[in-house]
Amino acid sequence: MAAAADLVGGMFPEILSFGEKGFGDELLRGTQYTLLIAACAYLLGVALGLLGAAAKLYGGPISRGIGVLYTSIVRSVPELVLILILYFAGTRGFNTLLGFFGAGPVEVNATLAAIVVLGVVQGAYHTEVFRAAILAVPPGLIEAGRAFGMGRLLIFRRIIGPAMLPNAIPGLSNLWLIVIKDTALVAVVGNVELLSITASAAAFTKKYMLFYLTTALIYLTITLVSGYLISLLERHYRRGQTRLA
Amino acid sequence: MNWSWFPEYFPLLLQGMWLTIQLLALSMVFGLIIAVPVGLVQITGPRWLGAIARGYCTVMRGTPLLVQLWLLYFGLGSVFASYPEIRQSVFWPILREGYFYAVLAFSLNEGGYAGEIMRGAFLSVPRGELESARAFGMSPWQVLRRIWLPRAFRNVLPTLAGETVLMLKATPLAATVTVLDIFGVILRVRQNTYLTYEPLLLAAALYMVLTLIVTQMFSRIEGQVPSRR
Repeated sequence: MAAAADLVGGMFPEILSFGEKGFGDELLRGTQYTLLIAACAYLLGVALGLLGAAAKLYGGPISRGIGVLYTSIVRSVPELVLILILYFAGTRGFNTLLGFFGAGPVEVNATLAAIVVLGVVQGAYHTEVFRAAILAVPPGLIEAGRAFGMGRLLIFRRIIGPAMLPNAIPGLSNLWLIVIKDTALVAVVGNVELLSITASAAAFTKKYMLFYLTTALIYLTITLVSGYLISLLERHYRRGQTRLA
Repeated sequence: MNWSWFPEYFPLLLQGMWLTIQLLALSMVFGLIIAVPVGLVQITGPRWLGAIARGYCTVMRGTPLLVQLWLLYFGLGSVFASYPEIRQSVFWPILREGYFYAVLAFSLNEGGYAGEIMRGAFLSVPRGELESARAFGMSPWQVLRRIWLPRAFRNVLPTLAGETVLMLKATPLAATVTVLDIFGVILRVRQNTYLTYEPLLLAAALYMVLTLIVTQMFSRIEGQVPSRR
């Protein structure tokens, strides 16, 4: 650590410490918000993805069309552009809705906005992951369920769900790593998550190198720990599948 | 919808489009130049070199590109600026531009992602082909140049197409370091006209068109490379 302290001019312990003198607690709070935004956006993405996959696979022409439009637009426009569009459209749409009910415009919570925006973006990618995973379920399993007199929902819950999960896990884990990194993009519009706090701390102290390196390290730690946990999860869910080769 | 600003900003938008294409092309080319050795040393190189390459990929893939870009632009940029020798050198006009840091960050990042892809690509070439090349008396360098690299590239061309689209969608980050690419021009339009949606919708449309062009280009290249499938 002493070497690292020398490298950044001997300010290492104090400026990153907790309390009034350092930015340690601010960075920690930013990390918490990053994780919160990532987790909620991910869950929203999973929900939208299941809906989207259902629409694309089993829907009528209209819902299928909406599904196709949703995934192809979201996946071909840069996340940064989408985030700005959804952020402004979302806040204005929400306020229009409030005005409709006779309530005045409110300042939309930046964290909530970030979650919704990232969730909508994630949903498109989740749709494709789930769609592919469901398509990979052997049709015989579904026919067997139907032969036992199961309804469509029951088949989905008992057969398609558990059978597609191992197929979906690599894609799902990739998306988790992506959403963590995508939270950084929210720094362009918001000021709660890790990168925006880093940016203001760095600009305030002029210790750009120190703060951006620290933040890169925090992100790296999050993704490495996630990667390890995912590998455990994957082993658990793949236990029913026979290993190839 | 108010599009009256469009004629005025059209030339700037064209320049922005050109800059975006430049950013994409340079980052992909430099990224692949980095990726080939990064992928190769993980398979045939000495163990310590492989470990370094693996660590490089992990860091590049494990941290957000925006953090990497800002680390280089603000962090490295401020370090550079603190040395008078660098500020007075002939390189300073390049080193103070956001464009330079954008290309640097994107290339390094792409090197990490594509390095991982190239590792798999090198592994996917059947051993027998490499052995027969060696049996013909080719040197290791000739084997790489004539057999291993072309075959590996052919195998991952579709993946690289996807990677190029991802890179294209990452280029607007350059606008956060003062580059006037498509997104940078759009941000300027927003600033000058106070319009919320119209410029952003145009940006979305332009990037969708570019995505389409890139995918079409790659499918054409794929069609030209002979393969038996």
